[in-house]
Amino acid sequence: MNWTAVKSIYLFEMTRFFRTITQSFISPVLSTSLYFVVFGAAIGSRIQEVEGVSYAAFIVPGLIMLSVITQSISNASFGIYFPKFIGTIFELLSAPVNFLEIVMGYVGAAATKALFIGVIILLTAFLFVDFEIQHPIAMVGFLVLTCISFALMGFIIGIWAGNFEQLQLVPLLIITPLVFLGGSFYSISMLPPVWQVISHFNPVVYLISGFRWSFFGTADVPIGLSLFAITGFTTLCLGVIWWIFKTGWRIRQ
Amino acid sequence: MPPIVEINALRKAYASGFEALKGVDLSIEEGEILALLGPNGAGKTTLISTVCGITTATSGAVSVGGHDTVRDFRAARSMIGLVPQEINLEPFEKVQNTVKFSRGLFGQTPDPALIEKILRQLSLWDKRDAQIRELSGGMKRRVLIAKALSHEPRVLFLDEPTAGVDVELRRDMWEIVAELKRDGVTIILTTHYIEEAEAIADRIGVIASGEILLVEDKDKLMARMGKKELEVQLSAPITAIPDSLASDALRLNEDGTALIYTYDTRSERTGITKLLAEVAAAGLTLRDVVTRQSSLEDIFVGLVHEGDAP
Ligand SMILES: Nc1ncnc2c1ncn2[C@@H]1O[C@H](COP(=O)(O)OP(=O)(O)OP(=O)(O)O)[C@@H](O)[C@H]1O
Ligand SMILES: [Mg+2]
Repeated sequence: MNWTAVKSIYLFEMTRFFRTITQSFISPVLSTSLYFVVFGAAIGSRIQEVEGVSYAAFIVPGLIMLSVITQSISNASFGIYFPKFIGTIFELLSAPVNFLEIVMGYVGAAATKALFIGVIILLTAFLFVDFEIQHPIAMVGFLVLTCISFALMGFIIGIWAGNFEQLQLVPLLIITPLVFLGGSFYSISMLPPVWQVISHFNPVVYLISGFRWSFFGTADVPIGLSLFAITGFTTLCLGVIWWIFKTGWRIRQ
Repeated sequence: MPPIVEINALRKAYASGFEALKGVDLSIEEGEILALLGPNGAGKTTLISTVCGITTATSGAVSVGGHDTVRDFRAARSMIGLVPQEINLEPFEKVQNTVKFSRGLFGQTPDPALIEKILRQLSLWDKRDAQIRELSGGMKRRVLIAKALSHEPRVLFLDEPTAGVDVELRRDMWEIVAELKRDGVTIILTTHYIEEAEAIADRIGVIASGEILLVEDKDKLMARMGKKELEVQLSAPITAIPDSLASDALRLNEDGTALIYTYDTRSERTGITKLLAEVAAAGLTLRDVVTRQSSLEDIFVGLVHEGDAP
């Protein structure tokens, strides 16, 4: 393992992040605060408790997941697309590093950034709502795993994307609906039966459910299934990336 | 000693089907400077990219320092520094950060003293905290060189290092190359400037349409293919060559002030003594005599055009 290389890529990416740190934080913090005001306070006051939790508190895990997933994807996809776009990827390709080291550096940095933002949103939430975290360790575990798995997915998108439109399209077209329909703002049990069945094909449902369980101890799907889903998703992404580097798909001519 | 870079039957067909390398064989000795000359699209960049791992070969093998560049890529690539033809740099990054990054990427522990030395050598020290986008084109090219040198490569590939660089900087670059050679670094450079190859290379390779046409010691090449010209400057201009002197090898310059005699350095008899005797016999007085070696450029143009012929 070329750990020095992993560290170099990671720190290089993090420097980029810290250079635009205000930008990186302001928008997610602002949008979540708006969600709390609109859904939590305004609409939420008219909604009764969901599964024994006030609605404002109920949406906290979903909101965090929403941001963390979008951030992981956009950080990682941009992180690898940018060197491809400006041509600096030649250096990665000619360096004595294997795919795992490149991935650890880029995905690690993207996941860290998303994690930062997730934590910031959690802290923001405490300003608006009163709630407790029942399983803090599980919560952190879920958060970290989500950051990593979606950063892996973002990495794949960044390699696949041929232009900036495509880079934005996938998150917009696929991820946002999946996350919104994944129970960020409601419990799956609130849906009509048909939609409940359909929802079970949405991988994000398992993440949000598991994450919410770590907060309130209630879940739409069994916690074991949530863990299994996210581990499976991570493995799948890793497999795809392994294949990408093996074949040089979209990176080596 | 085995060659430090060994390229065997290397072929590269791009996805479009275009064959950019058509079976290249090339051995590069440790410590030498090899200049690769060739017209646009000859395959120089493709060759370098394939050795460095940026493109994958269709068939054939490359080893660097005895390590196969595919099977044993870590060992092979650790030895290689690459200065690409295109200026690919992160515009918002600081000069010294990108250089340090390159060193780390190649798995080397930080060495601020070395980075400082390299930046000073390339006259970039004053710009170390500047963002790349604030640099001129020539400075950016030097940043690329600094990045390639940051991990102390044993083999350095320079893909047109002096394209778009002013004359003074070009000389600096040659100086740096000479210094690296003194440190034992093997250097492969591509260039369109023949005088560059003439000035710094030990061996010259000519590549066209994906094939190596020739690789030879520069001096031997020039001696073998080089024609020399002898210019006999006259005290008084003449209008025509005297009949007693007439020969294919002799011509009169435009204003009639000099006779130009072309001869082959390879031949036993150059015919100079005879010529000068005849000039004197024809009653012409000499002002001066100058000899000129034909340049590599003439040789190069000749070769590539030969390659064009069906
Ligand atoms: N990615 C690519 N896909 C398809 N063809 C390519 C690609 N890159 C290069 N080629 C073709 O391969 C041939 C060799 O290109 P290469 O860049 O190696 O030439 P070169 O000798 O470096 O030329 P130059 O002096 O202009 O830099 C050219 O005909 C070029 O069009
Ligand atoms: Mg080229």
